Amino acid sequence: MKIDIILAGVGGQGILSIATIVGYAAVKRGMYMKQAEVHGMSQRGGDVQSHFRLSDQEIASDLIPMGKADMIISVEPMESLRYLPWLNPETGWLITNDQPFVNIPNYPDFDKLNAELGKLKNKVVINADKIAKDLGSARSANMVILGAASPYLGIPFEEIESAVRENFARKGEDIVNVNIACLRAGKEFAEKL
Amino acid sequence: MSKTLFLGDEAVAQAALDAGLSGVYAYPGTPSTEITEFIQNSKQGRAGEVHSIWAGNEKTAMESAIGMSYAGKRAMVCMKHVGLNVAADPFMNSSITGANGGIVVVVADDPSMHSSQDEQDSRYYAKFALIPSFEPSNQQEAYDITYAAFEFSEKYRTPVLIRLTTRLSHSRAGVERKAERPQNELHIEENPKQFILLPANARVHYRTLLGKQDSFEEESLNSPFNKYIDGADKKMGIIASGIAYNYLMENFEGGKCPYPVLKISQYPLPSKLIAKIVDECETVLVAEEGYPFIEEQVRGILNRTGNIIGRLSGALPRDGELNPNLVAKALGLPDTYGAPIPDLVVPRPPALCVGCPHIDSYNAINAAMEKYGKGKVFADIGCYTLGALPPYNAIYTTVDMGASITMAKGAADAGLRPVLAVIGDSTFTHSGMTSLLDCIYENTPVTVMILDNSTTGMTGGQDSHALGVLGEICKGLGVKEDHIHRINPLKAHHEENVAIIEKELEYEGVSVIIPTRECIQTLSRRMKKQQAAKKQ
Repeated sequence: MKIDIILAGVGGQGILSIATIVGYAAVKRGMYMKQAEVHGMSQRGGDVQSHFRLSDQEIASDLIPMGKADMIISVEPMESLRYLPWLNPETGWLITNDQPFVNIPNYPDFDKLNAELGKLKNKVVINADKIAKDLGSARSANMVILGAASPYLGIPFEEIESAVRENFARKGEDIVNVNIACLRAGKEFAEKL
Repeated sequence: MSKTLFLGDEAVAQAALDAGLSGVYAYPGTPSTEITEFIQNSKQGRAGEVHSIWAGNEKTAMESAIGMSYAGKRAMVCMKHVGLNVAADPFMNSSITGANGGIVVVVADDPSMHSSQDEQDSRYYAKFALIPSFEPSNQQEAYDITYAAFEFSEKYRTPVLIRLTTRLSHSRAGVERKAERPQNELHIEENPKQFILLPANARVHYRTLLGKQDSFEEESLNSPFNKYIDGADKKMGIIASGIAYNYLMENFEGGKCPYPVLKISQYPLPSKLIAKIVDECETVLVAEEGYPFIEEQVRGILNRTGNIIGRLSGALPRDGELNPNLVAKALGLPDTYGAPIPDLVVPRPPALCVGCPHIDSYNAINAAMEKYGKGKVFADIGCYTLGALPPYNAIYTTVDMGASITMAKGAADAGLRPVLAVIGDSTFTHSGMTSLLDCIYENTPVTVMILDNSTTGMTGGQDSHALGVLGEICKGLGVKEDHIHRINPLKAHHEENVAIIEKELEYEGVSVIIPTRECIQTLSRRMKKQQAAKKQ
């Protein structure tokens, strides 16, 4: 089994915590993992991406070849589209938050952006911000997105759930529970589509 | 032994600790920063068993490491590629002194310039200094090479260089560790003349260094990090170094390349293996991250064999990072691509953070400079370089650490008035103090703004050597007290700040204005910690 994911967002949105959790679950299953991150200048509100690769075979490249990614997981809608050249045009899935992060003056028109997302074959477009806020933790939109991606990850949901538990354990039971709730809500949303 | 997930940088750090490191000396710089941070946060670092405090700049770092080696202990120096320019003087001369305790110089290059002003290739520096260099291809090799590099350094009594590139430094994978080795005992050579580079000694030691060259190549020939992997199809052969090896193998299911492959991770180049692949194969593709360092040596200026292809021949791009697709094309394999980026996707350049003190400084600078017209603000390396972008468009130069002040001086010498230099607190102590001294010595009419956010911001908030003492430093260097101002970069103080800048711009001498407010990132981190402490 092999899965290649592009994680996308804006510097500071915390895309790496998604990788940390999936990585934890994958390594626990004995899978190989490579994850190329962006540090430095771009982290200051610029576009950031992470190439995240899991496999039961040894992985050669830290970067995913173009057109071969199985999934784009994005916490920002325009950023999700920036990495389409990497997504497998036949079988790839795009999972993104639909809430724009506007920190540039020429951000595209929201309707046109949604129309562009609508053209894609395999997609989950979700208002993760609202779901997370309704569940009581606006900061956990990440976990909603991860939940929405979970049916396509090829890792049993319970294992992702326990990775979330491990990751947030030191922050206390309340934080663990709200993040698990966000994760489940994301999964339910994706499964209803 | 089980595997631990490490960034390439962290793998280097852990290996150095396991190999009995006594001190790391470094100045923060992307993509090398995480090496030192890992050591600072390690058990040994926190306990003070391994020295890990940031150095003032890469030159002082390199010199401290030579001193630690002199005292018999193992030292590591870490920097980004352009940092080696700053450290070049002690680095070059350390190859003549040689090492006592092992010295490993780790340099992280940044091809494609993700966070840098050039993409220079540090392998040239190692060749220039006539010392061996290593180029790990993955995180495990980053660990194994670092561990072995200290042994190598002590065996041949020479500093060695490890070259990383961004994608290895900042990519994570599982790494298996080796046994921990104790630190060296303190021991000074009985006759440490090797460290006195008087011409008479230096000539002797230079010859010693030249005498080691054959052994260095012999080591490369037998190195576990260099591999000749035979292939049945001799139409092509591939020399792949460092991380380029991974991009090559990505193109072959299960790593089964039909062509002979020479993987290089240790230099000087093993000429016997190079000859073998060039003789055996019709065409040889050289895939390497950075400059065409190997390709240039293999083909030579005359390119007599004519069958060497790579970045020089145009088979691969001359600049920028490699990736699996570029290597596929060079191999004649089909390229792959998803869908094009929709037109509505616009660039999202990095920007100063909301609440950043530099925003208020630039607003004041722009207001004060308006009447003088464009082209008179000289800036430096740091977050405030983003002042070059809209909406500020406030600065006109960024060249190297400290250049703001001395470029402003040169422009003032040429007759430009008024000139303003913008430099950060950490960049100022790194390389701006001597620039300021040049201005003071001639009483050059420059206004220097030292943006004091009490940290090294761009690289993630490392301690600044100037913390709380910038005014004292400037006074001590000789700036007149009534031309040193601390201002508070806040909207509420905008008018008075503009007035102070305007007044000093009219002064025909050296003035220093220090906008002082903590970096918003370190501030919020500090607040979070305080809140967490309160809760407990």
